[in-house]
Amino acid sequence: MDNNSEFAETSKPQDKDILAEIDAVDELPTAPPKRRIKLSWVGKVSVAIVVFWLVICLIGPTIAPFHEMDIDGDDGFMGYHTNEYGTFYLGTDYLGRDTLSRIIYGARNTIGISLASTLLAYLMGITLGILAAVKGGWIDMGISRVNDAILSLPTIMLGLIAIAWLGSSIPVLVGTASIIYASSVFRIARALGQDIMVQDFVEAAKARGEGSWWVIRSEVLPNAAMPLATDFGLRLVFVVLFISSLSFLGLGVQPPAADWGSMVRENLQGLPYGSYAAIWPALAIAMFTIPINLIVDDLSAKAGGSLASKMV
Amino acid sequence: MIFPQKLAVVLHLRWYKTMQREKLVEVKDLKIHAKNDDGDIIPIVKGVSFDIHKGEVVALIGESGSGKTTISLAALSYTKPGLFFAGGELLIDGEDMLQAEPLRTREIRGAKVAYLAQSAAATFNPAITIGEQVTESAVLHGILSQSEANKRATELYHALELPDPDRIGFRYPHQVSGGQLQRLMAAMALCGKPDLMVLDEPTTALDVTTQIEVLKAFKKVIQDENSAAIYVTHDLAVVAQIADYIIVLYGGEVMEQGTAAEIINNPSHVYTQRLMAAVRPKPQAGLGSSVADEHEREIPAVKATDITAGYGGIIDGEPKIPILRDINVSVKNGHVVGVIGESGCGKSTLARVMAGLLPQSRGTIELDNEELEGDLRNRNLEQLQKIQFVFQMADTALNPKQVIGDIIGRPLEFYHGLKGNARHAKVVEILEMVELPAEFASRYPMELSGGQKQRINMARSLAANPEVMLCDEVTSALDSIVGANVIKLLTTLRDKTGVSFVFISHDLSTVASFADEIVVLYAGRVVEQGPTDDVLTPPYHPYTRLLISSVPELRIGWLEDTMQKREMAVGIAKDVEITSVGCPFFNRCPMGIEGTCEKQTPPVHKTDTDHQIACHRSIEELNMVEFEVQEALEHKKADEAIV
Amino acid sequence: MMTKMVLRRIAIGVATLVVVSVIVFVMTSILPGDVAQIILGQSATPETLAALRIELGMDKPGYIRYFQWLGNMATGDLGISKAGGATIESLISGRLGNTMVMSGLVAVISIPISIVLGLWAAMHPGALLDRAVTFGTLSLISVPEFFIATILVLILAVELHWLPSTAYLTGDETFAELLKALAMPLITLVIVVSAQMIRMTRAGILNVMSSPYIEMAILKGVPRRRIILRHAFFNAIGPIVNVIALNLAYLVSGVVVVETIFSYPGLAKLMIDGVQTRDLPLVQACAMIFCGAYVILILMADIASIMSNPRLRNPK
Repeated sequence: MDNNSEFAETSKPQDKDILAEIDAVDELPTAPPKRRIKLSWVGKVSVAIVVFWLVICLIGPTIAPFHEMDIDGDDGFMGYHTNEYGTFYLGTDYLGRDTLSRIIYGARNTIGISLASTLLAYLMGITLGILAAVKGGWIDMGISRVNDAILSLPTIMLGLIAIAWLGSSIPVLVGTASIIYASSVFRIARALGQDIMVQDFVEAAKARGEGSWWVIRSEVLPNAAMPLATDFGLRLVFVVLFISSLSFLGLGVQPPAADWGSMVRENLQGLPYGSYAAIWPALAIAMFTIPINLIVDDLSAKAGGSLASKMV
Repeated sequence: MIFPQKLAVVLHLRWYKTMQREKLVEVKDLKIHAKNDDGDIIPIVKGVSFDIHKGEVVALIGESGSGKTTISLAALSYTKPGLFFAGGELLIDGEDMLQAEPLRTREIRGAKVAYLAQSAAATFNPAITIGEQVTESAVLHGILSQSEANKRATELYHALELPDPDRIGFRYPHQVSGGQLQRLMAAMALCGKPDLMVLDEPTTALDVTTQIEVLKAFKKVIQDENSAAIYVTHDLAVVAQIADYIIVLYGGEVMEQGTAAEIINNPSHVYTQRLMAAVRPKPQAGLGSSVADEHEREIPAVKATDITAGYGGIIDGEPKIPILRDINVSVKNGHVVGVIGESGCGKSTLARVMAGLLPQSRGTIELDNEELEGDLRNRNLEQLQKIQFVFQMADTALNPKQVIGDIIGRPLEFYHGLKGNARHAKVVEILEMVELPAEFASRYPMELSGGQKQRINMARSLAANPEVMLCDEVTSALDSIVGANVIKLLTTLRDKTGVSFVFISHDLSTVASFADEIVVLYAGRVVEQGPTDDVLTPPYHPYTRLLISSVPELRIGWLEDTMQKREMAVGIAKDVEITSVGCPFFNRCPMGIEGTCEKQTPPVHKTDTDHQIACHRSIEELNMVEFEVQEALEHKKADEAIV
Repeated sequence: MMTKMVLRRIAIGVATLVVVSVIVFVMTSILPGDVAQIILGQSATPETLAALRIELGMDKPGYIRYFQWLGNMATGDLGISKAGGATIESLISGRLGNTMVMSGLVAVISIPISIVLGLWAAMHPGALLDRAVTFGTLSLISVPEFFIATILVLILAVELHWLPSTAYLTGDETFAELLKALAMPLITLVIVVSAQMIRMTRAGILNVMSSPYIEMAILKGVPRRRIILRHAFFNAIGPIVNVIALNLAYLVSGVVVVETIFSYPGLAKLMIDGVQTRDLPLVQACAMIFCGAYVILILMADIASIMSNPRLRNPK
């Protein structure tokens, strides 16, 4: 090998360094790698949009040009116009109310109800899911079977049956949505919990003699937090779609309260006459749900993509 | 170092011949870099040069991070995702692989250069028959027609000594064993008659008795096909058997290169010397450490009596899936008991039973002469504290969301009620014991190297201040130098603290260098146990003999020597069978007595030193040296011929 | 082994159907309390209430009523609607057909589109079209069905005047008219269902794509198309079939909204009307049909994925 002798010569002086390096790899502290969440620019823009909507929810009524129920427009289904009460940037709805103001007010209902339902669903789902995963046995069997039954029904059917039974009101909506979605949260929390429970570090805690509560608090929850947070976004989108669909069917938030889903329904008749009053609230929903899904997408690992790029 | 004159001549001739041969591969100043998520460029291969001649086997040897796999994949014009070629040339027949067009790479891969991966179980597609996968490449590249390829595949199955060679191609990967799959992968690589084969740690995942079979098969086909090969491994002893030329890598650079004889017999670079020092010595008597007198006590720390255990619930007092049967092991205070056996023999299960993680279905566990409950949930705090389990993989055994201080601090708090500053002081003390700096207390596990994590893993158990530590394969996932250091640490700890160890490993050399006593498990039973020196010298149980002779030696020609002895051995490559009657080793035993061994549970021969062998053969027969065994075998063969 | 698993799965499916029927019955007949009161409203006299209660069998204990109801359902006797006292069978019979035609057409159109686009996107990850497909489908699954329907009406009906914005059926349309009437709801549902299926097909393939055997195939010089179609697809069939079934089941909710928007005379529209008028017997019957279809689809998906597992098909 021609290059052998030459290489041996150049490598000799490094011997000491290399030995030191070998020991360093095994024994000495290495610099801590950075730990942080990275978002692409799409993700960052999406976060900004979601934050924008949350701010609207909080301060909406103070910045809305009109009250949600005031009929101040010149007529129903009008486009952009100005009169003595102010400017109707997005026009008016079928009654002549300001569409922009109703979207701002509606954010509170749509996002508020969805957020409340999702939080409640998470509270129930995680508690039961982790409990089932940690305790196993009969507790797990019992909760899981009931849960399977709920999951074996289409969500909209459950919603329709519940409303047929109890009538429509905000507490019924929140209750129904949270129970329906708690079952999917339960399934995910349980699966995550079970994955973590078979990890060696949990086994080590069990071998030490730790009780269930400590295992849940110190071993399971910290490791389940991030995946559950990501799932929260997905679940919130589902709940928004669920609530909006019910409202759209006239079974959700009842008039005259503003809600994005019911606003589309009310103004659908204006569509053939060229009124965009039904389009704006629909766009508002999209502007809230799409960014959330984009954030979730950004945070999830893109499995397989890199190897796929190696195909020829 | 002295080496036989004759061998030197042979090797020299071979070397001379090599020099005359045509160059197949020329690697010049090869540089491969990685780009991480932050866009930083990290050099992985930092300018490597070497040549491969036609028909030559070149070994790339190094530990993790040496860049050996990365270099070998460059021969297929391939980089793992995230890596890219940064400079240099890799010429095959004068064509630069680094510059190949995408469509050209497809023509090269599988046809000109073929790849053999480490884990065949993962690299065979579970949804496609073996035959289709073996012939796929040759047919796709238009080298052979489907029927020609099928024929060639069958020939290769024969050459690789696969069972049922005419029909194995119709089976699916999950229907054959791991060792067979590894050989089938060789058939897959060879089917298209490549000029160069890249073998990436092809025997690392195998048991030692399977490895020797696969190694032999590889060597045979490489010679038959006269194919050149790049053999990537971390195992010097394996390299010594198969390579003509060795390149020692560290951190993406060549430390030393030369003919196999030069490197093995006369390593000149300090790193190579270091690597060789960490190589498992041949397991033999006299290497084990011995217990310091001050820690010697009469009663055993842990004693397992007549343990039967398994999974899947218990039916009529027998586990549904039995793993262990009638195990008797006792661990004296301050002693190290090594438990050795191949995958699936139940060695980890034994430790789990002792720890109470898997309650036994029969038998008793005693701690300091006091019977323990089978289920750890019924054991008291003191009993739990005295037996500590150290898991195999530090990566999964440490909670990624806890800092080291909390990981080590928890047992201190849980068993000994230490809190606040007292706890921290003790954590620092324990970190010192495992030779790590105090500032590690505030780090997360992912901020440590593999060896460091394994130390933390042991530190957590030490923090409990146990009487017995159950160590489950604690060095198997580590590089040899790092692993050797961990063993050194364990020896120090045992001298300092007097803690007893149950040391579980598949690696006989590691066990031999550390244990006072050895327990040999086969298919869930103890076939032999006793003081280390007695187990490693005759009389042997036939399985122990097989195990010892299968450990590769760092010596050129070892494989041939051993195979000569073993040519006679019957059914070495057969699968392990878990039986409830008779001797489980019968179907692989060269000394089996038909009509007795498979029907009756073997008697236990005891010697005066607590050395026990469970075998139907007498101590005298087991005491025979190799050639006498061969004679016995020939006798047996003759007997069989008559039958 | 495999037969055992399939039989086991069918048994679970049957058990689920029973549980579902109990849930539906309890929610619509037991929990609401006095169904007679709900049906007759506040103006009912005590006599008519009592008469209806006996007619509905409400004087009997719950479990007896459940078994009677189950028996009636099985024999096709679905009870009497509140609206005008018509039998529910007569209300449902025509509507069920309409809904099944719609769902069937959606399935026939969207399954091939989804698999082809999903595979294509997986084959060229990171390419412009893949990114467009990924972003487009992500957006589509993030918005409600009525959003898509509304936008389609705006474009195809209001702006371009290509298609009618409603799908009334009178029963005597020509085939061309029928097609035109169905087009809008069909397109909406195909978009909704395909978006989800494309994403999941792509994800299913890419999930398999990280396996070592895919890298091996690349290193064997296997072309891209064959890697996807032979190596990855055959391992992803189970998940993909599952996704298809789940999304056809997902049609259930899509159908509800779309039938309402386009006034399509299907079963879902009937059910919504029932919910709005709190016609519990009608809701009960419709819910049972939808839930039953859903459970059966999921059962079929599970069986398909058991059958596609090579380990189960070829035991050791």
